[in-house]
Amino acid sequence: MSDAFVLPEWAALAPALVLATTALLLFVYDSISPKSTNRAAIASIAAAGALVSLATAVWFILAGTGAEGVDAGYDLWFVVDEPGAGEGAISVFGGQLIVDQMALFFMVVVSVVTALVAISSYDYMAGHAYQAEYYSLLLLAATGMSTMAAANSLVTIFIALELASLPSYALVAILKDNRGSVEAGLKYFLIGALSSAIFVYGISLVYGATGHLQLESIAETIEAGGADAYGGILGLGILMLIGGFAFKTASVPFHFWAPEAYEGAPAPIAAFLSSASKAAGFVILFRVFTTAFPLEVTTDVIGLEWTHAFIILAIVTMTVGNFAAATQQNVKRMLAYSSVGHAGYAMIGLAGLTVDGGELVLGAAMMHLLVYGFMNTGAFLFVALAEYWGVGRTFEDYRGLASRAPIACAAVAVFMFSLAGIPPFGGFWSKYFLFLGSIEAAATNSAMLVVAAALVINSALSLYYYSRLVKAVWIDDPVTGFDRDFGGTPTGLYTAIVFAAIMTVVLLPGFGPVADVAIDAASAILV
Amino acid sequence: MMIETLLAVTFAGALVTFLAPNRIAGKLAFAISLIPAGLSLWLFTAFDGSGNALLEGGELAWENQATWISLGAYDISWYVGLDGISLPLVVLTTILTTLAIVSSWTPIDMRESQFYGLVLFIEANLIGVFVALDFFMWFIFWEAVLIPMYLLIGVWGGPRRKYAAIKFFIYTNVASLLMFGAFMVLVFSLEVTSFALPEIAQAMVNGGPESFAGVAGSTIASLVFVAMFIGFAVKVPVVPFHTWLPDAHVEAPTPASVLLAGVLLKMGTYALLRFNFTMFPDQLEVYAIPIAAIAVISVIYGAMLALAQTDLKRIVAYSSVSSMGYVILGLIAFTHFGVGGATFQMVSHGLISGLMFMAVGVIYNATHTRMVTDMSGMADRMPIAVGILIAGAFGYMGLPLMSGFAAEYFIFFGAFGSDMLMYAPAFTALAMFGIVIVAGYLLFAMQRTLFGPYRLETDYEVGRAPLHDVAPMFVLLGLIIALGVAPELIFEMILDSVDPILDLGGDA
Repeated sequence: MSDAFVLPEWAALAPALVLATTALLLFVYDSISPKSTNRAAIASIAAAGALVSLATAVWFILAGTGAEGVDAGYDLWFVVDEPGAGEGAISVFGGQLIVDQMALFFMVVVSVVTALVAISSYDYMAGHAYQAEYYSLLLLAATGMSTMAAANSLVTIFIALELASLPSYALVAILKDNRGSVEAGLKYFLIGALSSAIFVYGISLVYGATGHLQLESIAETIEAGGADAYGGILGLGILMLIGGFAFKTASVPFHFWAPEAYEGAPAPIAAFLSSASKAAGFVILFRVFTTAFPLEVTTDVIGLEWTHAFIILAIVTMTVGNFAAATQQNVKRMLAYSSVGHAGYAMIGLAGLTVDGGELVLGAAMMHLLVYGFMNTGAFLFVALAEYWGVGRTFEDYRGLASRAPIACAAVAVFMFSLAGIPPFGGFWSKYFLFLGSIEAAATNSAMLVVAAALVINSALSLYYYSRLVKAVWIDDPVTGFDRDFGGTPTGLYTAIVFAAIMTVVLLPGFGPVADVAIDAASAILV
Repeated sequence: MMIETLLAVTFAGALVTFLAPNRIAGKLAFAISLIPAGLSLWLFTAFDGSGNALLEGGELAWENQATWISLGAYDISWYVGLDGISLPLVVLTTILTTLAIVSSWTPIDMRESQFYGLVLFIEANLIGVFVALDFFMWFIFWEAVLIPMYLLIGVWGGPRRKYAAIKFFIYTNVASLLMFGAFMVLVFSLEVTSFALPEIAQAMVNGGPESFAGVAGSTIASLVFVAMFIGFAVKVPVVPFHTWLPDAHVEAPTPASVLLAGVLLKMGTYALLRFNFTMFPDQLEVYAIPIAAIAVISVIYGAMLALAQTDLKRIVAYSSVSSMGYVILGLIAFTHFGVGGATFQMVSHGLISGLMFMAVGVIYNATHTRMVTDMSGMADRMPIAVGILIAGAFGYMGLPLMSGFAAEYFIFFGAFGSDMLMYAPAFTALAMFGIVIVAGYLLFAMQRTLFGPYRLETDYEVGRAPLHDVAPMFVLLGLIIALGVAPELIFEMILDSVDPILDLGGDA
């Protein structure tokens, strides 16, 4: 590829850089025209930025950026830092950031969700002040999440995490006149601050035990026996890190902010937090534990396999999320608890790692987060549509919506059945591969049989509350007593919902390439 | 690529219809459904396969295999093909759907585009179930039938539609989960590299499962056999898993009933034939007597339940339980005519029960009641519709020269001489007694509703049914008589595909 167009190394971060640039562009726009109410222009800039970031990330994945092996990428004319393709992960800024296939995979998830949220916010945020602020905060948070995907040292992880979190707090509370929104923002902020504190303390303990912040160096120190004297401190540090991640991914025991924050937040923001933010939380979780704390050597030092913690967390999280979701009357809270449940499913990706490897289960978790990025975002955007129409919040209020909006309700049926994991939707594959991965891991660690059983049982039970929404909109008689013509078919919301639905369906026949990328990415970081 | 075209056209048609305006949806759906119907008839005439799809020596028609997802230890592929068992069922599906669409023009008067879109979506997935030869592909189509049927019953159904829809959904979904889990265990314990059904069937023939998770291979095979049998038995349904059926049928709108009885029940028996009765010859011998007992109980008990009903639709619904019992009996006989006759009965019952549900639906459209006690003397007012209903009932009872007779004759003939089933003559004799009860409840119900002085307890004017209500019934009647006069139209290809299965059992 001598005639290839060669990009500098830092260009591998382009997906994140595009998001940051777009955020700055919105600031510039806002400072030139501070009172602008040109929603179309602002939303287009934001959505275009997210889409460019998406396109870049997909391009890099196809080109094999950061992948291993000569045939890792297609023979495209673009490569990063030739002969970058096929030479393994590209590390930037002295290894503080790293771009490999896993990073790009999650950058895709983040920018897809950001684009969907930006497009749908065009309608949802109509009539609100702070248009430019809203979108620039959104893109800044997305930048943080995209950076989280590439962060390779505990410091960059923490900075990226805060970059993602701080705008999120503001976004949750952006409906300033709405008490629920402000309250949700405050709760989210307080719990977020607490968990950040725990996380930083965890970092300091790990640093104390190993003397390093960069993930590979931590692993090297542990392997070389440098942390043997501080096994307890290291173990405690790891535990605290898990706490910080649990907050970001909305898993037990730091899940209880999620229903509060999602319920009060504008629904597109709830979609953003429950899909993109969760995925970003998982990518650092995956990276830290596979890179910094290799299972075998870490077990020797701290005396416990950390997979056991994730086995317990996975089972408890999925069960708690499911049972709490089943008892909700409020649709948004149901979705919030369901997103807790799905954090439990994704956590199988770490629980299923064994000394023999486990790229299948880790890859399956990545696939699940990608599919989840479509189906869960779509579900929350449907709630956004209902809020836009002023339908109400409970299952009761949603009754008979299908006679008014058949297309959106067909889409919500797709999302719900896909979340439940039944065919013919993308959610079926990712849950199946999680199941298959669990069974495979059970050969080494028989506790994974329990996880597999919990996955199946919880999926079966989850059908109850997911189908409730389908039943409400499709089968129940329409709510009488008020005019059901809410006025208008919001273009942006419909575009986003229909696109998410199409992708959820298309991921069924088209799952092969996604699976290949995820498995390659997973095996690359497990080496 | 013919099968792919068939599927693609039907899926695209479903989408187009879903988005079309309500006003034209019915006619549009009919026009679209003619394409798959014509295509499948063309497939029927051009069929050049032989043997069984899953077993060695089977030559599939329009076979196509492509890797779908290659991940983990087992490949998942797009794998389609037709043999003599699946092709008649595909044709049944497409013809019945077209006729069901025409028969819904009268009763369906709200949200038409969604209704017809879902009907076509069901059709596409049903075709998929019958053509799929990869377990995952098959399972996805199998499950995808449920959601639209759930909506058809739930949105356009009768007064207790919510209860019926949920019950249908839960029963069939739990059954699917059980079956899915069992099959996974089977695959994990086999020496296979893909989910292609022929490969799995071959592995079962070559020694069956090895021990898995500390359980012996033969035990696994037995457990999987039982779990899968139960999973499919719910779908068929056989006693005691039949309780969802009358509820679903009674509440479902007529066209949904037609598809439900005509094709959805056949998914269960088709799957039994493809999985339990093809892959587990050893287990069949062990469980022959319990299965035969279930079959006979379904026949007799289903017929008795039908005898006790006063709702015409419930009568027809319970009679399906009875007829499906015959299918199971024919299968477990495991003889040339038994299994062949059971497959023939799948098609025959699809046509006859479709006809019966349509006829009851036409009467209901006019009278707005289905209660036997609410009406009498309908023959005076609706001579054509009633005539067809009577013809259908005689088909059910097994009048010679109608397909019901051929099917039941084959089954009894095959079951009587079964080697595998002990006490086969006794089981057959008991099942034959079911015919008497069938005749009893059908004649009794017809005598009360159709004949005698005209009386109707509702305030509706009853006149002749419109042509588009009657025409599909004539088509069905024609097919029933055609298959009754010349069963070899499909019976030959069925037997050709069935015989390789019997060779595995040792004695055919």
